[in-house]
Amino acid sequence: MNIVVAVKRVIDPYVKIRIKSDHTGVETQNIKMSMNPFDEIAIEEAVRLKEKNNAKEIIAVTIGNDASQETLRHALALGADRAILVRANKNFCSLNIAKILQNIVDKEKAELVLMGKQSIDGDNNQTPQMLAALLNWPQATFVSRLIIQDKMIEATREIDGGLETLAMPLPAVVSTDLRLNEPRYASLPNIMKAKRKPLDIIECDSLGLTLKEHIQVISTTPPPSRSGGIKVASVSELLNKLKFEAKVL
Amino acid sequence: MSTLVIVEHDNQSMHPATRNTLSAALELKQNVVLLVAGYQCQAVAEQAAAIAGVHAVWLVDNVAYEHQLAENMAQLIISVADSFTSILAPASTFGKNILPRVAAKLDVAQVSDVSRVLDKDTFEHPIYAGNAIETVKTLDAIKVLTIRTTAFDSVTDSQSPCCVERIDKSIHESSTKFVKHELSKSERPDLGSAKIVVSGGRGLQSAEKFKLIEELADALGAAVGASRAAVDAGFVPNDYQVGQTGKIVAPTLYIAVGISGAVQHLAGMKDSKVIVAINKDEEAPIFQIANYGLVGDLFELVPEFIQQLKANG
Repeated sequence: MNIVVAVKRVIDPYVKIRIKSDHTGVETQNIKMSMNPFDEIAIEEAVRLKEKNNAKEIIAVTIGNDASQETLRHALALGADRAILVRANKNFCSLNIAKILQNIVDKEKAELVLMGKQSIDGDNNQTPQMLAALLNWPQATFVSRLIIQDKMIEATREIDGGLETLAMPLPAVVSTDLRLNEPRYASLPNIMKAKRKPLDIIECDSLGLTLKEHIQVISTTPPPSRSGGIKVASVSELLNKLKFEAKVL
Repeated sequence: MSTLVIVEHDNQSMHPATRNTLSAALELKQNVVLLVAGYQCQAVAEQAAAIAGVHAVWLVDNVAYEHQLAENMAQLIISVADSFTSILAPASTFGKNILPRVAAKLDVAQVSDVSRVLDKDTFEHPIYAGNAIETVKTLDAIKVLTIRTTAFDSVTDSQSPCCVERIDKSIHESSTKFVKHELSKSERPDLGSAKIVVSGGRGLQSAEKFKLIEELADALGAAVGASRAAVDAGFVPNDYQVGQTGKIVAPTLYIAVGISGAVQHLAGMKDSKVIVAINKDEEAPIFQIANYGLVGDLFELVPEFIQQLKANG
């Protein structure tokens, strides 16, 4: 089976973001970018499935500008077989991303799509569910354990009260949670090898999709800041403050 | 036109998140219909009908909805979507799982984690782990929204129950099957809705020593939370995790013990009313947002805290 893994280039999770002074967005010029951490987990899971002979080919896909090739090379270094960049110079909403991915998944005749449960920039947590809906496939979201056998998936999901296990047939869309696996590091020889693996560039406009605008971003502003507090010297002072000053006990 | 709220429940009782979601729904100033889909869940519908502001409750009682699988739930919601201009669910794992599937089938966008309703199609929601607030306008006819429950008050008032309408819908049941649940058992208040939360981090050192956090929580009648570091180290199960990738809480009092205050964690608790930090590292980022900070060894301070709470009755 072929596995499509969708990956996204985002601001590195350890970078403290800066909001543009005109509130049109977040500063991305000269900022360190990385692969979305949940997507690294998705790649890792695909590679492990291939190592267990559960997969034939792993195709990493991203949608973005030319700089996103770097993210795809990283995916190739981690073990993806080939990569596709759907080139576009604008930001799409989750629904339009799902529509583009649907097109790629159809073309590649994939039977499993693995992707992170959310990207750490938009925090939307929508695209996998939307893709599953468009493909009319079952979905397993927030997955922390995945077993594939005889074209069936058994997926354990992280839900608010604990864990839930579902079974579903392939093809399916699976979104990965943090504890699914510990992603490996790209070794130097693998980084070198990744440079020779195929990376196709497809112009988004050539896909023949009609992508209308669904959401308009009005502004991006800093969150209300908390006023700095005080340090107390002892437990009894803390208790006093909580009781009589903050009145929360 | 009306607003539809998808009720989160376990077939016996309504999840408190529904009351916060209703609060957001009422701000849209339309009739609000609550949809209770489940199996043998009549009691939930009765609970829902009695909350102030609810116009009607639709009850769909069918074994196909027992575990509220996204595929079946989405199909049901789409079949009734025509009557509504907004469809809301809490931004819990329940709502996040189902609603984007609904939105895509309706060919409309979704706004996730709405923290403020500006008007019927303009909303605020946090992005970048809560480090920015984005205001967006949806251009679609139907607005699909998941609601950040901690940003809206819970509707606790009641009314004389509105009508509960039973609906029968035959659906094409999904091939997805429920296998099992492994729920964490807890006698304590629910983390998402507790007034006081006590959280422990890596500083607790072991699962054994983490019990100290539980003792402090019990002395305060609080829920227990944890940082990602504590969960990854195996001190507590993952559903204790507070943060961008865990639960978002906003209690009256949040006590962070042995937690440095990584961005990831702060995203889950920085809207708490009063934050207390207990940490031995004076430079820990948590002190920059804590109202009250106590610097010192948690293994001395926490037992002292418990002792003084008990002494004061």
